[in-house]
Amino acid sequence: MAGRITDDDVAHVARLARLGLDPDDVQRAVAELGAVLEHFADIDALELDAVEPMAQPYPLTNVLREDVVTTSLDRDEVLAQAPDAVDGRFAVPPILGDGA
Amino acid sequence: MTERWTYEGFEMVVGLEVHVELDTATKLFSGSANRFGDDPNVHIDPVTLGLPGALPVLNARAVELGARIGLALGCTVQACVFARKNYFYPDMPKAYQISQYDKPLNIDGRLALSDGTVIGVERAHLEEDTGKSTHLGGSGRIHGSEGSLIDFNRAGVPLVEIVSRPDIVSPDQAREYVSELRAILVAIGASDARMEEGSMRVDANVSVRRPGEPLGTRCEIKNVNSVRSLGRAIDAEARRQVALITAGESVVQQTRHWDEGDGRTHALRSKEDADDYRYFPDPDLVPFVPSAEWIDEVRSALPPLPAKRRAALAVLCGVAADTEAVMTVVERGQDAYVAEVATHGADAARALVHVKEAFAELGARPRVPASDLAALVAMESSGAVTATQAKTLLGDLIDAGGGDPAALAAQRGFEAMDDGELVALVDAAIAAEPDAWQKYCAGEDKAMGALVGHVMKASRGQADGKAVSALLVSRRS
Repeated sequence: MAGRITDDDVAHVARLARLGLDPDDVQRAVAELGAVLEHFADIDALELDAVEPMAQPYPLTNVLREDVVTTSLDRDEVLAQAPDAVDGRFAVPPILGDGA
Repeated sequence: MTERWTYEGFEMVVGLEVHVELDTATKLFSGSANRFGDDPNVHIDPVTLGLPGALPVLNARAVELGARIGLALGCTVQACVFARKNYFYPDMPKAYQISQYDKPLNIDGRLALSDGTVIGVERAHLEEDTGKSTHLGGSGRIHGSEGSLIDFNRAGVPLVEIVSRPDIVSPDQAREYVSELRAILVAIGASDARMEEGSMRVDANVSVRRPGEPLGTRCEIKNVNSVRSLGRAIDAEARRQVALITAGESVVQQTRHWDEGDGRTHALRSKEDADDYRYFPDPDLVPFVPSAEWIDEVRSALPPLPAKRRAALAVLCGVAADTEAVMTVVERGQDAYVAEVATHGADAARALVHVKEAFAELGARPRVPASDLAALVAMESSGAVTATQAKTLLGDLIDAGGGDPAALAAQRGFEAMDDGELVALVDAAIAAEPDAWQKYCAGEDKAMGALVGHVMKASRGQADGKAVSALLVSRRS
C-alpha cells in the first residue's frame, strides 16, 4: 500500500548501503518494501502485550564455543581473490570524499 | 574533591566511552587468533572476512571476561542479545559490526574515584573490533588520502565498550576515571588495556552549559591516544564550544578528531551519515542468558580490586592510599610481595620504597625471595647498613636473584660504624671545615652539605648520611 515508505526513504537507505538504484529500481523497492511493512502493520494491530519479545525464532540460548585457536585461511589465496592487494593487505579506494 | 572545570561562566559535562580488547586466545565469533603485531591478514577466516554463509559462534571466554568487567564495576549482568550495527566502511567487510544495542550484557554500574566521587556506568557491552586501515598518500589521515590498505587481523577481536554516564565535570576527573578503570581491567585479567597499543581506546562526549541549564549539544572526540591527551582534548573541545556559544553561534553535534600536533579537535564525519546505524538483532546469533549460579561463580572468582588493595597496602605501610609508591606498586601487582616481605618482620614502609624504586622490571612475582629483601630491610632499619649501601645491596640481590644480604655486605666491605667512630668523624669534619660550621651555626642550613660531604668522603661512603645529619643537628643546638 502506498504511503508506508516513500521514494526518499528508499533512496536514503540505498545511499547508506552504497547501492546504486535507478528510478525503476526505486519504484520496485517502494512497492516491495511497502508490502513488507504492510505485513508488519498487520502484526502491529494485534494485542501482543502479553507476548515476550523474541530476538530470533530458534528456541536456543547460550550457544558458545571454547576459546581455542583454529586454522586461519591462507592469506595469499584470499588476497588473490580481492580486486587489489598491496603488501599482504587489501587495497581499497579512498574512504571519504565523493561518497563512492 | 576534584575541582569542577569552568570557563567564561560555563561548566563542562563529559561522558566517556572506553573500548577495551579482551585478553582471549581467539576472536569473538571465530577461532582465528586474537594477537597483536603479526604480519597483516594472517588471522583471518570466513567469519572475519564476512564471506557468504559463514556463521558466527560466541566465544565463551569473551563472555566470561565481559561479565567479569561488569561485576567489577558493580553492574547488573543480564540476558543479552547481539545486534547488527550497519555502516559502510572497508575495515568491516560484512558492512555491519556485531555489537549489542538495547539488551547489553552489563548495565547500571559505577566507578569510585579516589576522592569518593562516584561516576555512573550506564552499560558495558560486548562487540567485535574492526580491521585496521592504513591510509595512503596525503596527510596520512582519512581526508585527502589516495586509498587505504586493510589488515583484518584485528577484525572480530572481542571488545567490551564501557559507557559512563555524563557525570564527569573536569579533564582531571576524566583522566582519573580512565586510570582507575585501566587499573581494574588489568587487575581482573580482562585486558592489558594499553592506550599506546590501541588495546584501550577512549572517546569523549563533551558538552558545555551554564550552571543549572539543561545539557548542551555534545560532540564526540576520537583519536585520543593517552590519558594525558584525553585531558587536553576535553579542555580544548569545551573551550571551542564556549567560544562558539559566546560568539552567538551554536554547537553542531558531530564527531571530531583530536590532533595532538595542533592541540585542537577537527570535524571528522559529515553529519548526514552519522548515527544512522539501523540496528537490528543479529539473526545468526542466539541470546546469551546467564544463570544466577554462573554470575555468582564469575563474581566469586574476581580478585580484590585495586582500590581495596591500595587501602590494604597503605594500612600495612602506614602511608596514605594515594601516595605514588602505593599506586605504582599495586599497579605492578607487587603489593602481595610487599606484604610477604612484611610477614618476615621487615619494616613494610621501607620495603615498599625499595620495591617501588628498584623492582620496576621484575613483575608481580619478583625473583628476589621476600625473605632476602626482608633481611636487607632489617639491616637497614637497625643501622647495620646505610640507605645508600642498602640500595647497592638491593642491586646485588636483583642481579643474583636473591642471596644473603649480610654476606653480600661483607663482600663489599660494608661495615656498620659504631657511634663513637661516627662522632669522631663529625668532630674531624667540624675541625676541617670551620667556615661551614660557623655558617651552619648561624642558621645557614645549606652549609650542612659541606660537613656531611666531608664525613662521607672520610668514611669512603660508609657513614650513614642520615645519622651524620642528626649528629650535626644535635651538635648545633
